[in-house]
Amino acid sequence: MKFGILVNEGPYNHQASDSAYQFTKAALEMGHEIFRVFFYYDGVNNATSLGQPPSDDRNVTRNWQKLAEDHKVDLVVCVAAGLRRGITEGNLAPGFRISGLGQLIEAGIQADRVVAFGD
Amino acid sequence: MDEMESGIVKKFMFVNRKAPHGTVYALEVLEMVLISAAFDQDVHLAFIDDGIYQIKKGQAPAEIGCKNFSPTYRALEGYDIEKLYVEAEGLAERGLTEDDLLVPVEVVSRAEMGRLMAEMDVVLTA
Amino acid sequence: MSMLHTVNKSPFERNNLDSCLGHAQPGDAILLIEDAVYAAMAGTAMAGKIADAAKTFRVHVLGPDLKARGGDPAKVVAGVTVVDYTGFVDLAARNKAVNAWL
Repeated sequence: MKFGILVNEGPYNHQASDSAYQFTKAALEMGHEIFRVFFYYDGVNNATSLGQPPSDDRNVTRNWQKLAEDHKVDLVVCVAAGLRRGITEGNLAPGFRISGLGQLIEAGIQADRVVAFGD
Repeated sequence: MDEMESGIVKKFMFVNRKAPHGTVYALEVLEMVLISAAFDQDVHLAFIDDGIYQIKKGQAPAEIGCKNFSPTYRALEGYDIEKLYVEAEGLAERGLTEDDLLVPVEVVSRAEMGRLMAEMDVVLTA
Repeated sequence: MSMLHTVNKSPFERNNLDSCLGHAQPGDAILLIEDAVYAAMAGTAMAGKIADAAKTFRVHVLGPDLKARGGDPAKVVAGVTVVDYTGFVDLAARNKAVNAWL
């Protein structure tokens, strides 16, 4: 089954991104396909390359990057929401890409299920 | 493949249940809805709980320094987004009537709204 | 075909769960995650409401979120099923759509 994932909140402030990551990881381990993970609202902040969480905490951005590396998961950051919040090509963490909101609608059309995580 | 012409038409519902201005959700849902119009999908908008306040008449956020995006709801018709539903119970709870809303909507009961949601292929709530 | 509804807010703070219960259709699946897991714990003022809901809906709680908050999977409200992330994925796959009550 093909899943589209929507992440609406940034890392650390809210559990949404962690929940989305755990769901995505489990789905991949079960052999499902992740059509795309779309980061919207403050969720775009997951894609910053500038975060430096303390070493005894998880690194949310790094977790997502690892999924992109190991499973070629398409991590898409909304361009408009990103620009509003200062997420640009200049500080985008490797593994993420910036694109339009249409990518979310496309995920809704192409994926079998869309699962949203937010506040 | 042209993503705008997938040939698939799904029933999308954007469920608004948060008030405007206090958080950004209402504004950015609206941006999502406008984009969805380009994909020729069967788009529905639901206003329940505090989401009903998004389409209340008379919003004037100038003094809080925020953008007044409420007129955009009236522009949705021009994008062929005409399926707007408001929950009767939510209106009544807030002391509002259909006359207080800035766009034409279909007022439905909570039970009807639930049945409508059940028909959807994709539901995005914020 | 039934839907999966996820709820992530404590019912003591927000009305997400009530709103979900007011719209879900009989037979739908409900999964309590994040701060909504408090609703599944036995002995709270919400327990009756959840036990009633479990007669109409298939109510689940996410075990990892429950354990994170000091909940005992053996002490959830009667009729509530504890699932892990694999169970969450299964629920999403087995129902026709997922509505996250954010």
